[in-house]
Amino acid sequence: MKPLVTREYRTVSYVSGPLIFIERPMRISYGEVVSIILPDGEERTGQVLDISREVAVVQVYEGTSRVDDRDTRVRFTGDPPRIDVSIEMLGRIFDGLGRPRDGKPPVLPEEQPDIGGMPINPYARDKPADFVQTGVSAIDGLNTLVRGQKLPIFSGAGLPANRLAAQITRQSRVLDEEGNFAVVFAAMGITWQEASFFMQEFESTGALERVIFFLNLADDPTIERIATPRCALTAAEHLAYTHDLHVLVIMTDMTNYCEALREISTAREEVPGRRGYPGYMYTDLSSLYERAGRITGRRGSITQVPILTMPDDDITHPVPDLTGYITEGQIVLSRDLFRRGIDPPIDVLPSLSRLMSLGIGPGKTREDHRNVSDQVYASYAYGRDLRRLVAIVGEEALTDLDRAYLTFAEQFENQFVSQRGENRSIEQTLGIGWDLLAGLPVDELKRIGPEMIQRYHPALREETP
Amino acid sequence: MLEGEVIRVSGPVVHAGGMRGSRMYDVVRVGDGALTGEVIRLDQEVAVIQVYEDTTGLKTGEVVENTGEPLRVELGPGLLASIFDGVQRPLPLLVKKSGDFISRGITISALDHTRRWEFEPSVQVGAVVGPGDVLGTVREFNLDHRVMVPPDLHGTVEEVAEGALTVDDAAVRLDGDRPVRMSQAWPVRKGRPYGRKLDPTIPLLTGQRIFDTLFPIAKGGTAMIPGGFGTGKTVSEQTLARWADAHVVVYIGCGERGNEMTDVLTEFPELLDPRTGRPLLERTIMIANTSNMPVAAREASIYTGITMAEYYRDQGYDVALLADSTSRWGEALREVSGRLEEMPGEEGYPAYLAARLAAFYERAGRTACLGADKRTGSITVVGAVSPPGGDFSEPITQNTLRIVGTFWALDTNLAYRRHFPSVSWIKSYSLYLESLRDWFTTSVSSDWGRMRDRTMFLLQKEAELQEIVQLVGPDALPESEKAILEITRMVREDFLQQSAYSASDAYCPIVKQFMMLKAILSFYDAAVAAMGRGIPLRQVLALPQKNEIARMKEQLDADAIGDLIGAIEAAASTLEAER
Ligand SMILES: Nc1ncnc2c1ncn2[C@@H]1O[C@H](COP(=O)(O)OP(=O)(O)O)[C@@H](O)[C@H]1O
Ligand SMILES: [Mg+2]
Repeated sequence: MKPLVTREYRTVSYVSGPLIFIERPMRISYGEVVSIILPDGEERTGQVLDISREVAVVQVYEGTSRVDDRDTRVRFTGDPPRIDVSIEMLGRIFDGLGRPRDGKPPVLPEEQPDIGGMPINPYARDKPADFVQTGVSAIDGLNTLVRGQKLPIFSGAGLPANRLAAQITRQSRVLDEEGNFAVVFAAMGITWQEASFFMQEFESTGALERVIFFLNLADDPTIERIATPRCALTAAEHLAYTHDLHVLVIMTDMTNYCEALREISTAREEVPGRRGYPGYMYTDLSSLYERAGRITGRRGSITQVPILTMPDDDITHPVPDLTGYITEGQIVLSRDLFRRGIDPPIDVLPSLSRLMSLGIGPGKTREDHRNVSDQVYASYAYGRDLRRLVAIVGEEALTDLDRAYLTFAEQFENQFVSQRGENRSIEQTLGIGWDLLAGLPVDELKRIGPEMIQRYHPALREETP
Repeated sequence: MLEGEVIRVSGPVVHAGGMRGSRMYDVVRVGDGALTGEVIRLDQEVAVIQVYEDTTGLKTGEVVENTGEPLRVELGPGLLASIFDGVQRPLPLLVKKSGDFISRGITISALDHTRRWEFEPSVQVGAVVGPGDVLGTVREFNLDHRVMVPPDLHGTVEEVAEGALTVDDAAVRLDGDRPVRMSQAWPVRKGRPYGRKLDPTIPLLTGQRIFDTLFPIAKGGTAMIPGGFGTGKTVSEQTLARWADAHVVVYIGCGERGNEMTDVLTEFPELLDPRTGRPLLERTIMIANTSNMPVAAREASIYTGITMAEYYRDQGYDVALLADSTSRWGEALREVSGRLEEMPGEEGYPAYLAARLAAFYERAGRTACLGADKRTGSITVVGAVSPPGGDFSEPITQNTLRIVGTFWALDTNLAYRRHFPSVSWIKSYSLYLESLRDWFTTSVSSDWGRMRDRTMFLLQKEAELQEIVQLVGPDALPESEKAILEITRMVREDFLQQSAYSASDAYCPIVKQFMMLKAILSFYDAAVAAMGRGIPLRQVLALPQKNEIARMKEQLDADAIGDLIGAIEAAASTLEAER
């Protein structure tokens, strides 16, 4: 899709951070791709951010070092950024701009879509519905993931988000259905070590040939990170909507992505929003996260698990905050639980799956799922409150009942949340929930109807063979 | 037609040169793709345009055409049960034209111009009619859609049509061969005229206990629902869309999730309006500008929505307009303002943010409509607000707070505890309480005010006591104060908590709300009386009626609760101290 005439300029007038400014551009289109040819022949890629009669502003993905204002040539392609996509991408590794990084030849494109994507017409969306069993109790039991959902992991520096993401990827399955899945992995600014952890994970489970990697590592150009998730999602859409696959997209680390966004905004001297991030970051993040979902009449789906690091463990920081406003819930990791050896250290109180009710209940998981989840949650929340009280007044001041709640909270963390590498079925998860609830007096189980208690309470249920 | 050319593109903002003669808010078609935009600034011969579609691919030098018209919406039968984008393009037709993903440069009219409606005239030849007069009706689902004389016409009826008409057909012809069509067009940025505003003396009942009983909103009132993410703004707005006692609901998904619109689209055809027994979809108009759709159309979407709301109000109906989230609208304003390089105000929002917000909420109200029949109508506006970091000191929350009558503050801690709706009873308020008291006294119970005030008093007291407990532990409290904590726990768990997903409790009739509260307070009175006779609190709390109270919301109706109140009084009065 090369335009007939390419237009080349040598009028770089100004360079600032990742941006170059080109004077007197003619008929440049907003958002088009630009090749920047350095004096030594090196070719870089950029994209037009702003055009006027006097100047065009171009962001250079690989950065502007060694760009000069005399010999650097800028060639406009007339085309938005596109990527070659194909089912053959499975098992391959690409860089952050979608070029092969594994030494193998480029893929033969089946399509060359614009990486910006187009918004799904809300009327064409189909409700996410299928329960995804991740094998992780804190997720399956209390914050259920549903196919087509976007459910991020909010992590802190040094917390084992990658391990959890790998575990979810390894264990996830939709009950009563196999095959037809693929994983698209987008790395933005993570270390080689982190990336190779994922590769080894996928390799050891034999899933490597179902994965497409897009790697922009810590020492790769930062601005390229703007394009990486877009390339990944474009490939995912191709797999989902052309090849009917159920695609899980893991994007890590969104905080690095947002920093790249901030860098460009600063270079453009825009009015900064909170903590220097641009005011349009919500809209920008939406243009990624909203690419998750299902579409009526199409068989494939896109489920997203973005990972982000909360700077200073602060959930109100703009990156987790804006993400939480867009995604359909969040899984929050806690430093406190991590220190106490809970693995995975998921704090269920601030965690949420907004689509949970679509994926659970009779015919999907089990009839008592909602009740058990509400009850476990409420009891744990109460137990946690008591902990704070105990810190002040001491345990002696508590009633027997309150002590039972303290124990519940303790056991909940150690037995329900903490499971190390174990892969639990939803029955196992709910079973553990019931076993813990049995430590509380039956009348305390206000969120569970009497019939359910009869049927499932370990001390009351009729023995089933 | 006025024509210029693109001289600058910066995201959704385009500058066009050679546009002298343009007016503010003229609609323009931008570039080879004929993208729709609106003039938002004039500077010499340059018009600055916000474009409602993605501008990728636009070049300098491409043509810009000024249509000379402001942004208008079509108003007529066929709006109900529809879903539009921010500039009133029907999304189902967009799917037909351009597939599952939204492409650009498509113009489609909002109403179906081929469909015929059975028009029943109510005027005769010779009648003199003026603005707002009803000419006749068509049946739009369950609603008598009143075909009215537009606000700027009057004259003598010379010809009356009847039977199957399209929205383009004339319903009547006035003297001088002036047709009054079955549909009207109206510029969205200008409020439709009405007779006068009326006092907010009738509640908009929502079936939600914390709203109706503690912080009621009036028909024609305004409310805001601020809260951090996951606190329940969207669920609240959707709950209101389901159960509010309005004739028409306009639901605006403004910069939020696509799947949430799917929710409404899939559930509303199934759910029945408890008052009419008809599917809820039939009274609903939806507008979806989801967060990944163009940002400028987000700014327009709330005006598109409220103009349609005004049209049904003018027909004499009660309309509820629910906007989720007004923060996204404000952010769209900020983004465009930033690209205009305007002087930023607080947190980068433009200085006119407060004025724009006020002007929008001012379009709410209960009004005497135009027209000879003296009908009244109302628009109640409930806006969700999404403060960054859940911090209510930010500009959109603060500026909205100054305007609205009801403040339903969502609390992150309550949401973390899964106490839903997570409306804080400490921070929330309703300025309509006093003007609505008469209505509740007459229509619910003469005791309503006293019950409500007592409940609020106890909840306040609980907050104070809890501070003490945090310092010294619960044992240090005297029995009478422990009793308060027990009762307020019942108020919170058995009254205020109300699951939007419960089949039997998602909607709670106002009389039942009152009876539930009465039962809890009778339990309190009975406990206090028993304790006065030397009976320990523990013994009162062991009464089986306490568990009955917990079953009220899911399992008992108002009559059964009446019986329960009798049982509570009887059981408590016969209690004897255990030795
Ligand atoms: N009234 C309610 N009843 C039951 N659950 C609720 C209620 N309100 C909120 N929730 C829960 O909280 C979650 C988040 O609510 P939502 O309205 O999407 O939050 P927000 O729009 O404020 O981000 C929902 O998915 C649901 O699980
Ligand atoms: Mg919401």
